[in-house]
Amino acid sequence: MATSTSKSYYWKGFRDGTPFIFVAVPFGTLFGVFATEAGLNIVQTMAFTSTVFAGAAQFAALQLLQDGTPTAIILISALAVNLRMAMYSASLTPYLGAAPLWQRAFAAYLTVDQSYACSIVQFEKEPGMTVAQRMAYFVGSVTPITPLWILATYLGAVLGTRIPESWALDFALPITFLAMIGPMMRTPAHVVAALVAILVSLLCAEVPYNLGLLIAGCAGMVAGAQAEVMLDRRKALP
Amino acid sequence: MTAPDPITIWTIIAGLAIGSYGLRFVFIGLIGDRPMPPWLLRHLRYTAAAILPALIAPLVVWPTATGGQPDLPRMSAAVVALSVGLITRNVLAAIFAGAGTLYGMLYLLG
Repeated sequence: MATSTSKSYYWKGFRDGTPFIFVAVPFGTLFGVFATEAGLNIVQTMAFTSTVFAGAAQFAALQLLQDGTPTAIILISALAVNLRMAMYSASLTPYLGAAPLWQRAFAAYLTVDQSYACSIVQFEKEPGMTVAQRMAYFVGSVTPITPLWILATYLGAVLGTRIPESWALDFALPITFLAMIGPMMRTPAHVVAALVAILVSLLCAEVPYNLGLLIAGCAGMVAGAQAEVMLDRRKALP
Repeated sequence: MTAPDPITIWTIIAGLAIGSYGLRFVFIGLIGDRPMPPWLLRHLRYTAAAILPALIAPLVVWPTATGGQPDLPRMSAAVVALSVGLITRNVLAAIFAGAGTLYGMLYLLG
């Protein structure tokens, strides 16, 4: 197929993905710092960040680890945070599903918030792109951030041990998450999902093994989905 | 702080690595072009919006650093980080605003 245009789409993806460096580098550094604070050594931290490659889930797992949560609950909770990756995977499938399996396997690893956000906008804007051009664009969009994310984590892990208690880093993690919630509230249904989840999680604070988190998460998901159905129905009325 | 034991940590890393890859691969790799039920997509849309607030709410109301006592600097930092995120839609701006509030209040209240 047209290799030269695939190449130019790769560079277009690269340019569109570059601004996310300003998100990936501080986040990666923060993760390195937190992981060190939580008692992980450099090898564990680097294995974590390069194989899981999903900031929010990594932060969630660390927080629960510090709270002394049982391993199974940590895994389920952190994977629940990552369920949106399945959503991305589903949403990209109509555009990239026809690519060879090895390319799709590679693309799966690179499916993150940033590559999804860039690509879905581009694919919808230019429906005439070939599958090869789309794949080139998709890979291009994560090329700037992947190595920098891993490098930044390393720097954070090295710095982490030198940060004094008085910096109140215990609360850096909640602040990071709170900051991520705002941009997620795209529709009233998202707000409903978040509010119900908050209410249920506070009511379930006494439930053992942090199971309250999963109960609250499920309650929020169902509430969000129901709110969406009701809002759509209201919109459909004359 | 005592370091968690290595077996626990490696179990979590391996489990999350395999699980996260599975979640990313499941549709693009296995489903191909077949359509998915709308009710499933509708629930998947709200997972992150539900689970992250549920994770943080107890940490804000009963912070670990103060032994579970509600704390003015931490509460204010939480409100600022959330509000700035909602208004600007900019994660980094919200983090810096929240951190600035936390340190400012900790300094003022000594």
